[in-house]
Amino acid sequence: MLRGNNIKKVNSLLVRSFHSTVGNRSGGPSTPINYPSLEIENAGEKQKMNLFQAINNGMDIAMQKDSKAVVFGEDVGFGGVFRCTVGLRDKYGASRVFNTPLCEQGIAGFAIGLAAQGATPIAEIQFADYIFPAFDQIVNEAAKYRYRSGGQFDCGSLTIRSPYGAVGHGGHYHSQSPESYFGHTPGLKVVIPSTPIEAKGLLLASIREKDPVIFFEPKLMYRSAVEEVPIGDYEIPLGKARIVKEGKDITIIGWGAQMRVLLQAVNMAEEKLGISCELIDLRTIQPWDVETVVESVKKTGRVVISHEAPKTGGWAAEISATIQERCFLHLEAPIQRVCGYDTPFPLIFEKFYVPDHLKNFESIKKTMVY
Amino acid sequence: MLSNFLKVNSKALGHIRTFASKSGEIKHNFKKADTYLCDGPSDSTVTNKDELISFFTEMSRFRRLETVCDGLYKKKLIRGFCHLYTGQEAVCAGLESAITKDDHIITAYRDHTYMLSRGATPEEIFAELLMKETGCSKGKGGSMHMFTKNFYGGNGIVGAQCPLGAGIAFAQKYNKTGNVCLAMYGDGAANQGQLFEAFNMASLWKLPVIFICENNKYGMGTSQKRSTAGHDFYTRGHYVAGLKVDGMDVFAVKEAGKYAAEWCRAGNGPIILEMDTYRYVGHSMSDPGITYRTREEVNHVRQTRDPIENIRQIILDNKIATEDQLAAIEETVRDEMEKASEKAIAAPLPQARELFTNVYLQEVPVRGVEFVNSFKP
Ligand SMILES: Cc1ncc(C[n+]2csc(CCOP(=O)(O)OP(=O)(O)O)c2C)c(N)n1
Ligand SMILES: [Mg+2]
Repeated sequence: MLRGNNIKKVNSLLVRSFHSTVGNRSGGPSTPINYPSLEIENAGEKQKMNLFQAINNGMDIAMQKDSKAVVFGEDVGFGGVFRCTVGLRDKYGASRVFNTPLCEQGIAGFAIGLAAQGATPIAEIQFADYIFPAFDQIVNEAAKYRYRSGGQFDCGSLTIRSPYGAVGHGGHYHSQSPESYFGHTPGLKVVIPSTPIEAKGLLLASIREKDPVIFFEPKLMYRSAVEEVPIGDYEIPLGKARIVKEGKDITIIGWGAQMRVLLQAVNMAEEKLGISCELIDLRTIQPWDVETVVESVKKTGRVVISHEAPKTGGWAAEISATIQERCFLHLEAPIQRVCGYDTPFPLIFEKFYVPDHLKNFESIKKTMVY
Repeated sequence: MLSNFLKVNSKALGHIRTFASKSGEIKHNFKKADTYLCDGPSDSTVTNKDELISFFTEMSRFRRLETVCDGLYKKKLIRGFCHLYTGQEAVCAGLESAITKDDHIITAYRDHTYMLSRGATPEEIFAELLMKETGCSKGKGGSMHMFTKNFYGGNGIVGAQCPLGAGIAFAQKYNKTGNVCLAMYGDGAANQGQLFEAFNMASLWKLPVIFICENNKYGMGTSQKRSTAGHDFYTRGHYVAGLKVDGMDVFAVKEAGKYAAEWCRAGNGPIILEMDTYRYVGHSMSDPGITYRTREEVNHVRQTRDPIENIRQIILDNKIATEDQLAAIEETVRDEMEKASEKAIAAPLPQARELFTNVYLQEVPVRGVEFVNSFKP
């Protein structure tokens, strides 16, 4: 079940997609989803970790190996709202792990300056919804530093981490998915992991990446997603999608917390419609893995793309446009986008708003019979 | 609303009136405000029976409102983010008594109490928290998103409300209404750059805005000592006058509020009031509130500075009312809040179409997941 084209050599570790563990295929809302773990070859010892622990472990390794790495943000000294930085201050001291005042624009600007001095800042913005006060610094300063100085300066060692997405009851300001705003900005890389193992590997790659990275973490999964995570150092390359499950009839694309929803929809479609779905986790939003997507669509001819953010101008639009440019004659049906509605993220209507497995199933069905 | 409040008040006052008839004016001293670029109000005031009972009743309502919210949250009837005001009641009560209902208030997410003081009913507050159709924002936003007449929210993005307050104040000046705007923020929010942008605009254009820093000592888990260089929030406007006020004494707040409102109405431009206050509860419902401060610290403030207990003491010392009479007021307040929460619980959820309304003025079709169609509200 090894996909040859998905094998990546990183730090002498082989990262491969391993999907023989896809379990119960009956789908349906009450069926617990058995999401396939990514196999990290030669990874050594493993430990049960949830998503926040894996992220914590990733930062721990980054700080241990890179004495210039510093972690800061609102309340991170105490472990942060989601416990991602817990224990780091005790281990690395208050000069490397510190609380900032409540000032997102300042945090971002400060981080950019620090990065320009060659340090490795890992800044936390408490919620992705609060990244907007820092939007100017990220879009105008971080993204353009290298370009506007003709390569004399950059903030490539900068990583900004932030929890994003629906959480059940977050309402307008604790639920948003702002990846498209940043994906739209040349000069930034945008990464969204979907499992603890992936989160750690992608975070380590993001921290060591020589371009500024915005790293959005699916906060819904901080505690709920648990895997046996290798405790050693490993990276998962940016810009490479993961084929979570191979299939031949339709390509389903998502990222972050949406991957579990999509796997559920895929299980349901395979059982109820007797079709075979290929499920792709984009992992990096920008630069996204066009080749893996195009290759898949040329094979299947049908596509559903899903994200929580509103439909208009969401990242699915970018992917759709690229697919029709590259795969026009292979398409058997219009590309479907299953997204949030074009409204602010609602409180009471969250269940209705989110692109759940049923909406995705419906969309798969329509695409199949088009 | 106000009539509602008076009903509660006078009902409880029934016995008290006769009881306290011999007492006239009562002098009350409080901690003199620290001043910056202004003289500030005096350190004493004259109050009377009606005002004392009114403050006692109003602050009891504020506290009871939050206690009921706490209970509804723990029963999982309120979902989402919820920030309680418990401990800070004197700030809201004192300020409201210093201005009129035609003046304007904008605050952050710790907003339930301001709704009540502005005249909203407890029922529409609970209903909003419970995401019901009868909520002040039709149940769309919940705890952080409350609005009513001359009250502009309920703002979840820390610091965002301060420049808005300057804008609201500009309209007062332009339209010569003679009204002022209170822009509330916290000690944590005091470090947001927007605030300083607002200070400058307000000063430049001499806007009738009172910036009010509710310094409850913590912004989430971060002590003001660790977040803020120089702890005098009332001098941080540099060219803006300021007062540091005992925010646990409703009379100190009221006098400072009156002074500030007069300052603004006289055309002097903005002024900052730093309210020295304290929140007893955690930052939000998920914060037990004792990981970054000690239980002793919280208890100490409760025991020595509680705004409601202070008023109770003045009332008892001056024989304005007996303990039983005060207990009767509290009983009435409990009853009012209980009934309101029951009504809110029984209210219907909003219609699904409300997901699509108020996005734009015109109810445009909203794109969603459908193959070709959009939703029409
Ligand atoms: C822009 C922004 N950043 C961060 C947050 C998260 N947050 C909500 S309240 C808060 C602390 C604010 O403290 P303070 O201003 O002192 O107000 P208090 O809660 O004490 O009333 C923080 C960090 C937010 N809501 N908005
Ligand atoms: Mg505070």
